[in-house]
Amino acid sequence: MAYRAHCLICTGTGCVAGGSFNLRKTLEAEIAKRGLDREIQVITTGCQGFCAEGPIMIVQPDGVFYCRVEERDVPAIVEEHLLKGRPVKKLLYTPPTEKAPIPALKDIPFFAKQKLIVLRNRGLIDPDRIEDYIAVDGYTALGKALTQMTPEGIVLEIKRSGLRGRGGGGFPAGIKWETCRHAGQVRGVAPVVICNADEGDPGAFMDRSIIESDPHSVVEGMIIAARGIGASEGFVYIRHEYPLARQRLQLALDHAREFGLLGKNILGAGMDFDIEIREGAGAFVCGESTALMASLEGKLGEPRAKYIHTVEHGYQDRPSNLNNVETYANVPLIILRGADWFASMGTGDVKENPWNGSSGTKVFSLVGKINNTGLIEVPMGISLREIIFDIGGGIPKGRKFKAVQTGGPSGGCLPEEKLDMAVDFDSLTEAGSMMGSGGMIVMDEQTCMVDVARYFIAFLTEESCGKCTPCREGLKTMLDVLTRIGDGKGRMEDLGLLEEMGAVMQDCCLCALGTSAPNPVLSTLQYFRHEYEAHIRDKKCPGGVCKELITYGIDPAKCDGCHACVRACSTAAIMGEVKKVHTLDVHKCIKCGACIEVCRRDAITRT
Amino acid sequence: MPRITIEDLKKIKEEARQKMTLRSGDARARVVVHMSTCGIAAGAREVLDAFLRDAEARHLTDLLVTTSSCAGLCSREPMATVEIAGQAPVKYVDLDPAKAGRIVAEHILGGAVVREFALAAGSETAS
Repeated sequence: MAYRAHCLICTGTGCVAGGSFNLRKTLEAEIAKRGLDREIQVITTGCQGFCAEGPIMIVQPDGVFYCRVEERDVPAIVEEHLLKGRPVKKLLYTPPTEKAPIPALKDIPFFAKQKLIVLRNRGLIDPDRIEDYIAVDGYTALGKALTQMTPEGIVLEIKRSGLRGRGGGGFPAGIKWETCRHAGQVRGVAPVVICNADEGDPGAFMDRSIIESDPHSVVEGMIIAARGIGASEGFVYIRHEYPLARQRLQLALDHAREFGLLGKNILGAGMDFDIEIREGAGAFVCGESTALMASLEGKLGEPRAKYIHTVEHGYQDRPSNLNNVETYANVPLIILRGADWFASMGTGDVKENPWNGSSGTKVFSLVGKINNTGLIEVPMGISLREIIFDIGGGIPKGRKFKAVQTGGPSGGCLPEEKLDMAVDFDSLTEAGSMMGSGGMIVMDEQTCMVDVARYFIAFLTEESCGKCTPCREGLKTMLDVLTRIGDGKGRMEDLGLLEEMGAVMQDCCLCALGTSAPNPVLSTLQYFRHEYEAHIRDKKCPGGVCKELITYGIDPAKCDGCHACVRACSTAAIMGEVKKVHTLDVHKCIKCGACIEVCRRDAITRT
Repeated sequence: MPRITIEDLKKIKEEARQKMTLRSGDARARVVVHMSTCGIAAGAREVLDAFLRDAEARHLTDLLVTTSSCAGLCSREPMATVEIAGQAPVKYVDLDPAKAGRIVAEHILGGAVVREFALAAGSETAS
């Protein structure tokens, strides 16, 4: 249906801090009241550069530009302008007539399909200045939580928002908070609030980026959590490999303490809470809750059986609430804008039961064979295809998409048939992968799925702590079998063996590292079994990766005799005169790939 | 700084907001260099140095050069956002020190966006 006019309200950071969301709400209500809601549409836009005059609003097609619009101006705008067609003079501003010479950011697909909650301040504020964060409504949610809400009310609000843990498991944060609060009260032991910043998945950098962009949003989220749970002590467990994130976080904590937002009697509201940073050495298993807490206590970072939950008996045997960076960063806006607002985004109806869907947004790091490598935030329920082809800009060099790996080493690889699947916690798990913390690795047709599985299993074999047998021995055996298949020495029975071992590990491993470790193997077996069979039966690697199974050659139709490969080859395996088609001696070739890197005409073949 | 109350928080917010927005008479333009691990690895520090050097050499007292974090598009870094009072901010990609010099000369001083490495105008929106 066509609208006769559009009201564009700026929701750039500056105007949001000036109240543009409330303005939109009031405007929509007033338009509906006047029965104009089928004629006039309210749209939010990005920054127009008039932050000093904000909040601003543009009415199209009239091109009327209002500035410093307040909620009390709304009835006049609707009555005079929208109804009678007479612009409200006192709010008018005449912008310079210059047209933007370059495209608008909102028209660039990479930005257009993103929805920013956690990353709302990225690239806009100086992360080292607490004043910048306060200027964009920072710590306003904390003020609201401390003065207008009870601790139970805070927990209930988070529960009703449907916020599920962004670290991988997807456990509803509100339920965790409630259990932790309850455990503290029943046992008479003060709970602790812990932030997991031990991001260890290869190709994942969401949490690092959140801390580097907006450290105070995590700090504020943790203080609100502490208020809800009844904790006075908090920790951020961050890995040593994140020096810049650690430095910015430390500065944020120092500033918050100076301002009285941490320490005794926060905001004069009688709450005491402080946060300490603890650094981990970067062991992958330390992202697992029990191993993390052991490491936090100064012990060896090994997990324990979880029939007793850390939320009741965790760090120093105290009730411990562990959420990751992104989860906490969501909290301030949920408190500020309400559970209903958050629950309205994403999939499923989560208000009664957070397990019913996935609300809000998710931050992903988009890496691998993709044009727009980057950090994105998208609404839950978006399709993989939109993420990879619209936001990510598709596969480089016009190659074909083969698979996308989600959920890190413990996630799975999904094929093209699954591209239209909605991205949420439950759909991904159902498809044999998982949300994980949000690493998304895109693979093209030149990727070998056996090699991918072997890579992840090799990573996990290194990172397994070795405490339980199925994980320690299972991974090692899986790695041996996968290496054998890659070397062309596999047997068809190996596939059954891999599946059987995977099933045992899923059932018997001590912690989530082990139970999810077979996922890369099982999901590639499920969706790319033909590639395993090609390796075993035909002694071929369809991706052209496994060295033992491929032969290099030169496509005479493509080679223009530029000599670049001849110079690059360290074993003098390529011969030929300049401007004449070259030839490759397979007996001298060591399959190092140096020729492929220098060939401009894609003439080197791997078969 | 003594303990603050919620009222103080509101005051700080207003003051800080004023400082964040560009007004004529005060600073006329601002360059924000996006510096997170990704940007720094791609050379953002050299780009920042180039902007600072240029601003100083040309005595541009009404130009603010500041830093912020990752703008999301890691594959196009180093990135910077240039804001001139009253105009939509412009994001630049794939920068190096020489390009920084051209942005100062052509965009900040000359008023013409350097189209070759400008990605887009405008900002992202909060949800």
